[in-house]
Amino acid sequence: MFEIKNIKFKGILDIEHLIIPEEKITSIVGESGSGKTTLLKMLNNIISPEEGEILYKEKNINDFDAIELRRKITMLPQNPVIYKGNILDNILVGKKFAKSTDYDIEEIKKLMMEFSIGKDLNSPADNLSGGEKQRLCIIRVLIMNPDVILLDEPSSALDEKTEDKVISYICNYVKQNNKTLVMVTHSSEIAKKYSDHIIEINKRS
Amino acid sequence: MNGAVDLSLIQVVSAYIFIIILLFIVRKRELNIEKEIIIATVRMTVQLILTGFILTYIFKNPNVFITILIVGFMEIFSISNIFKRNKSKLSIELKNVITISMLAGTLLSLLYFLLIVVKIKPWFNPQYLIPLAGMIVGNSMTGISLGINKLIDGVTNQRDMIECSLMLGATPKDACKSIIDNAFDSAILPTINSMVGMGIVFLPGMMTGQILSGSLPLVAIKYQIAIMLGILGSVSITVITFLNLGYKTFFNSRMQLKREG
Ligand SMILES: Nc1ncnc2c1ncn2[C@@H]1O[C@H](COP(=O)(O)OP(=O)(O)OP(=O)(O)O)[C@@H](O)[C@H]1O
Ligand SMILES: [Mg+2]
Repeated sequence: MFEIKNIKFKGILDIEHLIIPEEKITSIVGESGSGKTTLLKMLNNIISPEEGEILYKEKNINDFDAIELRRKITMLPQNPVIYKGNILDNILVGKKFAKSTDYDIEEIKKLMMEFSIGKDLNSPADNLSGGEKQRLCIIRVLIMNPDVILLDEPSSALDEKTEDKVISYICNYVKQNNKTLVMVTHSSEIAKKYSDHIIEINKRS
Repeated sequence: MNGAVDLSLIQVVSAYIFIIILLFIVRKRELNIEKEIIIATVRMTVQLILTGFILTYIFKNPNVFITILIVGFMEIFSISNIFKRNKSKLSIELKNVITISMLAGTLLSLLYFLLIVVKIKPWFNPQYLIPLAGMIVGNSMTGISLGINKLIDGVTNQRDMIECSLMLGATPKDACKSIIDNAFDSAILPTINSMVGMGIVFLPGMMTGQILSGSLPLVAIKYQIAIMLGILGSVSITVITFLNLGYKTFFNSRMQLKREG
């Protein structure tokens, strides 16, 4: 699905060749500062490598319309971002950007339950706890129904139990709907337990 | 018009007593700003005297080219002033956008004002055009400066939010919407506020001048209403043009937020 060829970025990343398979779960691991976020952002075309190329479905990623691409390959940033408004507004931001008004409120409520956010959809999103904000941001990505889901440390603010619940839900969902998941994680257990494929990035000094 | 009562030289000089008082207070409190006060006083005096002579000449000999030249000079002065006064470094693209917005906003409003609202003859009559241009350009300069600061602050401080929006498939415009809205509000707020206080808290400079020089207050007020609306129009056009073109300079052709430095 993704093929990475000879990319270089500011002495942070230097990858000769890498393939990320379709309809599989791929984990990216590596120590802090090794360039995991940088790589994920490249797959979302939020930044571009200085050298080399990234292919998506055999086509250079730059040949796609960047905005359309990001609605198909959607990324969760490492730090949760909360917009003005209530929880529902926050879940629907991506839909709003796509000028789409069709959403299934029952599906949203189900996700809220699965992710243990026991709050009313109309309550202000600002008051959520750090971990709840992180889960809300994941729901926001899932609701976009992208083909490829890029998650940057989706469980960094979660305790082990919640982490397991959330990640296993996401992985089931990905498998059932034939989607592709690429996630950055600092937990090698999570990587081993859930992924088909693990990419390790080493820090360059 | 019966004209204002002229002041004798001695009367004018006697007004400098305020500066002497100020200098006295400053010295006593050891504030060390005597030099600045003296320079400011001298500059004000010399600049106004020069302007007085120049304006006398121009009003007596109305000339299209000289009038246009003066308006051009005001634009150049105000635009370079915006560049200099801004606290963060402006990119070349942003400077171009600022120049285009200032010219578009101020010239459009000025022309509309001259040709449709006041309909003076000849249209370049410097006695009208120069003070009008001064007010329109000056207020637009203040407005756009606020807009520039807010836009740059917003894009710098809310990088995470903008990138998150892009990751969700937002256009750069949608990703910056809240920042643009906020910048627009703060850029035109001072103009709106000055309209609210108009006539009660203060009599604006133009009206004061007209009344002093013998115009009927009601005539002066009509001018003042028109010029306030003209200023608001100019500030809005300038700021809207700036914001709508300006946010784009922070993105590249791949719809990525440019990195700093
Ligand atoms: N635009 C940039 N220009 C230069 N250096 C950058 C840029 N963005 C990130 N870096 C640096 O690149 C390195 C890798 O950053 P990145 O965020 O990809 O690491 P990471 O593997 O995600 O780390 P963590 O696990 O802490 O999130 C860091 O040293 C970071 O400071
Ligand atoms: Mg990271």
